[in-house]
Amino acid sequence: MKVNNIILETSIKVLLFIITLFSVYIFTAGHYYPGGGFIGGLMTAGAIVLLLITYDIKTVSAILPVNYRILTAIGLLLAAGTSVGAMLFNVPFLTHVFTDIELPLLGEISLHTATIFDLGVYFVVVGVTMTIIQTIGEDE
Amino acid sequence: MSVIVNFLIGFFVLAGAFLCLIATFGVIRLPDVYTRNHAASKATTLGVMSILLGTFLYFYAFLDHFNSRLILGFVFIFMTSPVSGHLINRAAYNSGIKLWDRSVRDDLKEYNEQVLKKDKL
Repeated sequence: MKVNNIILETSIKVLLFIITLFSVYIFTAGHYYPGGGFIGGLMTAGAIVLLLITYDIKTVSAILPVNYRILTAIGLLLAAGTSVGAMLFNVPFLTHVFTDIELPLLGEISLHTATIFDLGVYFVVVGVTMTIIQTIGEDE
Repeated sequence: MSVIVNFLIGFFVLAGAFLCLIATFGVIRLPDVYTRNHAASKATTLGVMSILLGTFLYFYAFLDHFNSRLILGFVFIFMTSPVSGHLINRAAYNSGIKLWDRSVRDDLKEYNEQVLKKDKL
């Protein structure tokens, strides 16, 4: 018997945008406010888990065709790359730089290489969480 | 102005806390899963929303800080809490938990029986 989950499916369609938006907000606000790559990644993974609860694994992998193991590898590469990249400029490992830039639409913003490191953390957290949950869920 | 804002903040926070307390009593006192869920999902939704509104007013009036995350939480609770109540009740009904023995109507049971009859024919 096919289960009719119309209330859950309809509310998920609206809620997913709020959760994803909030996770991106938490990720980008991490330098000045509580938040950062770890909790932002966990919240993004939570949004994908909500999709997994509503639909089945095949539908979700059709919606988001992402190989999460490769995503983890990309995240580690970003984190290691920003760390090792500092050594090319004759400064110690893990030295970060920042600069203030005047952008046409956004005004003055400060760009920091620690954000790229944080993006790596974000990708690793999303990848690892989704790998764990999908491998447990697929086990039959 | 300040007196009115003070009163509103106190009113919203206290009313929210009171509604949450009432929901707790409902969960303890009511006889079966469905009536308990009715108390918990309705009264706590309004209670938590009132507390969030009071908090938002406090930060906006006294610290001049427009906290949009509180509004987001407000909308989010309003949308998710009834859905979760619905899902818990549905899971309880589908796993065969009985209604309170003094309940008088069960329309879903009649409907399910009709659907089963049609499937057999």
